[in-house]
Amino acid sequence: MTEQQHPDDKSLDEQTLPDLAKRHFFKKLGMVGATGAAAATGVSSAVEIIKEPNKPSWGGATFSDAMGDFFQDHYSRMSDEEMNEALERIKRKAKQKFGVDINCEDTKPMPDTYFGYALNISKCRGYRECVEGCIRENNQGRDSQVQYIRVLEMDEGDSNLEHSDHYYDPATVPVAGKYYMPVQCQQCDNAPCVKACPVEATWMDKDGIVVIDYNWCIGCRMCMSACPYWARHFNWTEPQIAAQDLNPNTNYLGNRPRMKGVVEKCHFCTQRTRKGRQPACMEACPTGARVFGNLLDPESEIRWILENKTVFRLKEELGTEPKFWYYTDEARART
Amino acid sequence: MKVFYAFVMDGMKTALRGGPLYYMWMLFLLVLIGITAWSYSHQWTEGMVITGLSDQVSWGFYIANFAFFVGIAAAGVLLTVPAYIFHRKDVKSVVIIGEAMALSAVVVAMGFVAVDIGRLDRAWHVIPGLGKFNWPNSMLAWDIVVLNVYLFLNLFIPMYILFKHYQGKETPVRKYFFWVVIACFWAISIHTVTAWLLSSNVARPFWHTALMAPRFISSAFTAGPALMIIILQAVRRYTDYPVSQSVIKMLAIIMTISLQISLYFVAAELFTDFYFEGAHAASMHYLFLGLDGFDGLKSWIWTAVGLNLVALTLLMVHKTRENRVTLNIACVLGFVGIWIEKGMGLVVTGFIPTPLGEIFEYSPTLMEIGVSVGIYALGAFVFTILTKVAIEVELGRIGKHKNILKGVGNISDTVKQVKTAAAK
Repeated sequence: MTEQQHPDDKSLDEQTLPDLAKRHFFKKLGMVGATGAAAATGVSSAVEIIKEPNKPSWGGATFSDAMGDFFQDHYSRMSDEEMNEALERIKRKAKQKFGVDINCEDTKPMPDTYFGYALNISKCRGYRECVEGCIRENNQGRDSQVQYIRVLEMDEGDSNLEHSDHYYDPATVPVAGKYYMPVQCQQCDNAPCVKACPVEATWMDKDGIVVIDYNWCIGCRMCMSACPYWARHFNWTEPQIAAQDLNPNTNYLGNRPRMKGVVEKCHFCTQRTRKGRQPACMEACPTGARVFGNLLDPESEIRWILENKTVFRLKEELGTEPKFWYYTDEARART
Repeated sequence: MKVFYAFVMDGMKTALRGGPLYYMWMLFLLVLIGITAWSYSHQWTEGMVITGLSDQVSWGFYIANFAFFVGIAAAGVLLTVPAYIFHRKDVKSVVIIGEAMALSAVVVAMGFVAVDIGRLDRAWHVIPGLGKFNWPNSMLAWDIVVLNVYLFLNLFIPMYILFKHYQGKETPVRKYFFWVVIACFWAISIHTVTAWLLSSNVARPFWHTALMAPRFISSAFTAGPALMIIILQAVRRYTDYPVSQSVIKMLAIIMTISLQISLYFVAAELFTDFYFEGAHAASMHYLFLGLDGFDGLKSWIWTAVGLNLVALTLLMVHKTRENRVTLNIACVLGFVGIWIEKGMGLVVTGFIPTPLGEIFEYSPTLMEIGVSVGIYALGAFVFTILTKVAIEVELGRIGKHKNILKGVGNISDTVKQVKTAAAK
């Protein structure tokens, strides 16, 4: 934490203003007319940040970073140069906030890949290791306790979600007479959240993963109302993570540190799966209940499951077409 | 152009001048706006954690008020239709007050959206072209469009007419009739789209009903006239602008019918959910009876039902509807009743239980209410200024025409007729 920047000490011209982003912005500004109010907001909030360099809130660590964040364009319109600037800003801000050197990449979807997930309910024993593994991997705020996966404890013979226990806490699991059903973002092929977002801050990428650009989200929470799986979570305050707990291998449309006021959710660990690795929840699961893979690969394990097991999807009647399947062993293992 | 400049300057002068009561009222509103500024600065720095909202109940007091005030805005149409389609002179003279109310209500509704979004600094992302606008897919994108157009219509139609009157000219209705008709349809559209903002969510069975939009319209046409009746009486009391009792009578009738329809819709929803309780009925059960021992909204909704029933009784009996005191009581009860039912009752209940069956209750924090008070005040502030200027122009006390020089004023024809009718 020794190298913390104090922007007050630096003259403005020493800093590299993100000219490109700004030019782009003003060009468009001229096209559709003035938005003085929006520009003014940016300036005043930037001033606020300079006043409190030790309390990095939602903007950037420095004046130039705050401006760069403010003017940052939609993901689909960013040039490579703009994306590199954005990634550098993310790294600088992480250094400033956590004192950690992180890496942040914009990993694109792999060709001929369409991801799906299958979960064997008869193998799940309710340990919640997946929940823990996910939090460690994906840099969720520890104080705010954002969790992408919720494991529901259900009574045997009952699959009514309203009867599920979200906060089960017995001395040991599994409990006799109960079974466990983890629920996370179902990566719907026909995602209601994507349709609901007013600014296209969330979309389905080529590999089937529904991703969010945390820098474009306006925090209206329309997607949270739209999601039938309660998969989306809002940063009600600035997420706090201890420096030693921060996962430094991050991805732009993935586990990079988030800011307050934006929505986040499971993204099938883009930072791992787009490089051929397993998602963290699958790696963390000690029972082998989780199977992740490429639906386009006929040799993949997930294809085998879909072809040989009786599977079901949550709330299939809503027409959301989840890419998340549940299945059971033919004869459920009894404890 | 020069005349228009004088119009704006005269308008501003009028807004700045007034009696002690006027200054006290405006100061009071400014204090409330100050409370909002202070509360919102906390929300801005600390995040929305200062509200009672959660991942479970992610919209609350703000969006409830938003939905309600879009309804009030839509109700502005209730004066426009009789005035321009049925050519009622008595209504035409006060239509400008209805338009001012609609405009102020849009300001309030937009204010509540502004404080509800987590990243107000990114509001420019919704500007088409500059940002990225998910249109026509997102209902929120639709809502942004229709609300802004409605704001524009309610700003420019009255301004055009007022500006003509300012110059001592009468504009033939046919010149702006087209826009009036557009505004009428638009009023229905803003509230329909707001209802669809909720009913489009397949994830929330409580909202996912085709009755949502009709319910919204009928409840808006209850709360809207209720507020308008009170406002028109206030105008009559505090200014010398003529407000015909026949307008208030008409609004009271509209309110009576709308409240009947509104309660009928509630009854229809209750029957469908409770006759054979399926999973869809869980939210309704929570609202009216409580669920698994949680019943945070139960007393609220029964209060609303009670208020609405008393209001309806007062309105349905001719004697009490035509009595000034009982009519005002009915208006206040109906207004509050609808505010509870369609605000918190409708918005918050949609989130309980969550799509994963969790019950997590919500109640607004003091901070949240602090943020809200000034938004109401801002609406009242805008309304006061608009009405004050409009009245001065309509009564011919400010303007650029020969009668001003003679010091006799140039009351527009409609107002003159109503004034003489009232004198008789």
